Amino acid sequence: MANVKKSPWLLHYDGSSCNGCDIEVLACLTPVYDVERFGIVNTGDPMQADILLITGGINYQNQSIVKQIYDQMPRPKVVVAVGICACTGGVFKECYNILGGADTIIPVDIYVPGCAARPQAIIDGVIKAVELFQQRSDEHDALEKRKKRP
Amino acid sequence: MSEVICPDNVLIEIEADRILDTVMEMKNKGLRLSQACAAYINDKYELSYSFANEDTYEYTTLRVFIDKETKVCSITEFYPYAFLYENEMKELFGVNIEMINFDYHNKLYRIQTETPFLKKGV
Amino acid sequence: MGKTSIIPFGPQHPVLPEPIHLDLVIEDEKVIEAIPSIGFVHRGLESLVDKKDFNEMTYVVERTCGICSFMHGMGYCESVEHIMDIEVPLRGRFLRTIWCEMSRLHSHLLWLGLLADGFGFESLFYECWRMREKILDLFEMTTGGRCIFSVNKIGGVLKDIEDDMIKTILRVLNDMEKEINTIKKTFLLDYTVESRLKGVGYLSKQRAHDLGCAGPFARASGIRMDMRKRGYAAYAEIDFEPITSDIGDSYARCQCRIEELTQSIDIIRQAAAKMTQGEIAVMAKGNPKGEYFMRVEQPRGEAIYYVKANGTKFLDRMRVRTPTFANLPGMLEAIKGAQLADVPLLILTIDPCISCTER
Repeated sequence: MANVKKSPWLLHYDGSSCNGCDIEVLACLTPVYDVERFGIVNTGDPMQADILLITGGINYQNQSIVKQIYDQMPRPKVVVAVGICACTGGVFKECYNILGGADTIIPVDIYVPGCAARPQAIIDGVIKAVELFQQRSDEHDALEKRKKRP
Repeated sequence: MSEVICPDNVLIEIEADRILDTVMEMKNKGLRLSQACAAYINDKYELSYSFANEDTYEYTTLRVFIDKETKVCSITEFYPYAFLYENEMKELFGVNIEMINFDYHNKLYRIQTETPFLKKGV
Repeated sequence: MGKTSIIPFGPQHPVLPEPIHLDLVIEDEKVIEAIPSIGFVHRGLESLVDKKDFNEMTYVVERTCGICSFMHGMGYCESVEHIMDIEVPLRGRFLRTIWCEMSRLHSHLLWLGLLADGFGFESLFYECWRMREKILDLFEMTTGGRCIFSVNKIGGVLKDIEDDMIKTILRVLNDMEKEINTIKKTFLLDYTVESRLKGVGYLSKQRAHDLGCAGPFARASGIRMDMRKRGYAAYAEIDFEPITSDIGDSYARCQCRIEELTQSIDIIRQAAAKMTQGEIAVMAKGNPKGEYFMRVEQPRGEAIYYVKANGTKFLDRMRVRTPTFANLPGMLEAIKGAQLADVPLLILTIDPCISCTER
C-alpha cells in the first residue's frame, strides 16, 4: 500500500452538530471546493472507510453509535473532528445532554476549529489526515512484514 | 403591496379539568394544533397549547396552570400528532400526562438527566 | 400476504446527512408502518436560558440549525422586540427580508440537490450545489459568514449592505434566474425524475391538515398558509402570493420549492428597490417582561419562537418549535404504503432538519 494516500475513502457522521459543519463538509465534496480531486471518495459504509469526519459534540444517545462506527472501520484509520463542537463541545458544552467533544469517546487525530468550520479549513484538515493515514498505513505494512518473517 | 393578515395572539387561561372540552371545541372549529409546550415557573407548570387558523392566521393559546403532582389528560384523542409534544413535556419537565396514544415512556430523547428543565432540587 | 419483517433505517445512512432512526415494518417490499426514534442530536439548547442572558441567547438560538440560522436568530429577536415594544428601523427590516430570502434560496437549492442525489441524478445534484455556492459567496460578502452569520441583534441588525453590494447581489441573482430555469426544466420535465416523483407519497389536503403539516409540504397539498403574510420584517411592504399546488405528491413538493426560488428572487428585487437609507438598528434598553409567540416562515415551514421573560436578564422560558417537528407525523403517514426503495426519497421530501427538531 505504497500510495494509499492517493485514494482514501471518507465517512461522515453527524454527532450532535447544528448542521452548519455538515453542510460545509458536504460542500467540500461538491463543486467549487471538491476534495475528490485528491482522490478522496465519500462513502456511506464504515467498513470501507479510512477517514472518519465527525461533526458536532457527543451526547448520551449517540456515543454508542459513534463508538460502533469507529470500531467498524478497518485499521489503519484517522479521525478528524470538524468544527468547534466536535473539538470541545463549543457553545453547547454547558447543555445537560452534551458530554463534550468527539475525543471523549474516540481518539481524535486532527482538530479543525471554526463555527461553522470553513471549507478551506476542512480541506486542510483532510489533507493532513490523508498524510497521517499514509504514514500509519506504512507502519502497519512494516509491522505485517516483520510478523511474516520467521 | 399585498394584504397583511396579522391578528393579535389570543391567550385563554383555563382550568386543568377543562382541557379536553376546550381542545374539542378547537378541533370542531377546524383549527390546527400548532405547538404545545410546558414551562416550570414559580413551582407551577404552565402548559400552553396553541391553535392556529390556516386561513385567517389567528393564533389562540390555551394556558393551564397546574401543580407538580396534578395529572392531566392527553389531547392525542383529538389531535393524534400531539404525541411528540406531549412526550417531550413528559420527558423534559416531568408533567404527568396520561393516556398518550403513542407513549415513549420517557424515552423520546433518551437523555441521561431526569427532567432537566426542572430547577435543581425540586 | 407476505411475511412481515422490521428493517432498521439509520441513524447513519448514506442519503441522510443527519441522524434519524426509523423502524420500518415491511410486508414484502411495502412499508406498513414506520416508527421513529429521535434524540441523536438532542443537545438541550433551550435549557441554556439559565446560563446565558437574553442578548447572548440570540447567538445560541442561531445555532439551532446551520441551514436556516439567520431565520432562527431573527425569529427570536422579533419575539423579544415585540415584548420590549421595540420598533426596528425600516432599513433594518428590509435587510432582514433580503437575508431571509437569500437563506430560503440557499436552503431550497440545497434540498433540490439532496433530492437529486436521493434519486441518483448525480450531475443535477452537483449543478444545484454549484449554484448554491454563489449564494453563499453573497452571504460571505455581506455578513462575513457562510453558515452562521450572527448579524441579528435585539433592535435590528449589526451590518449594513452597501449600495454596490446590492448591485452585485442583483447581478448574481439575474444570472441565477436563468440557471434556475434550466434546472427547472430537468426537475419538472425529465422522464426519469417524473417516474421517481409522480404519485409517490400522496397526501390529501384533508390529511395534511389533520396531521398538522407546515410549510411547502403543506402547500404542496393545497393548504394556503405562509407566515410571511403576517408581515413580519418588511414583508408587509412586499407583494407576493403563497405558492400552492393541489396535487400533493412528491412531484408537487418539488414544484412548489422550485417556484419559491423564483419568488424569493422577486422578493429580493422588490426589497432592494423599496429600501431607503437610514438607521439599521435601535438600542434596546432594559430587560424584557412578558411573553410572545412569534411565527416566522422558514424554508421548511412555520417556526414558532416562544419567549417568556420575567424582567431580569435571564429569560424564564425560550422554546423553538421547528417545522420538521410539525412535519414528522405527515412524513410517517406518507411513508405508509410506499415501496421500501422510495423511503429515503420520502424522508427527503419534507426537507428534514433533525438538528432543528431535537434542539
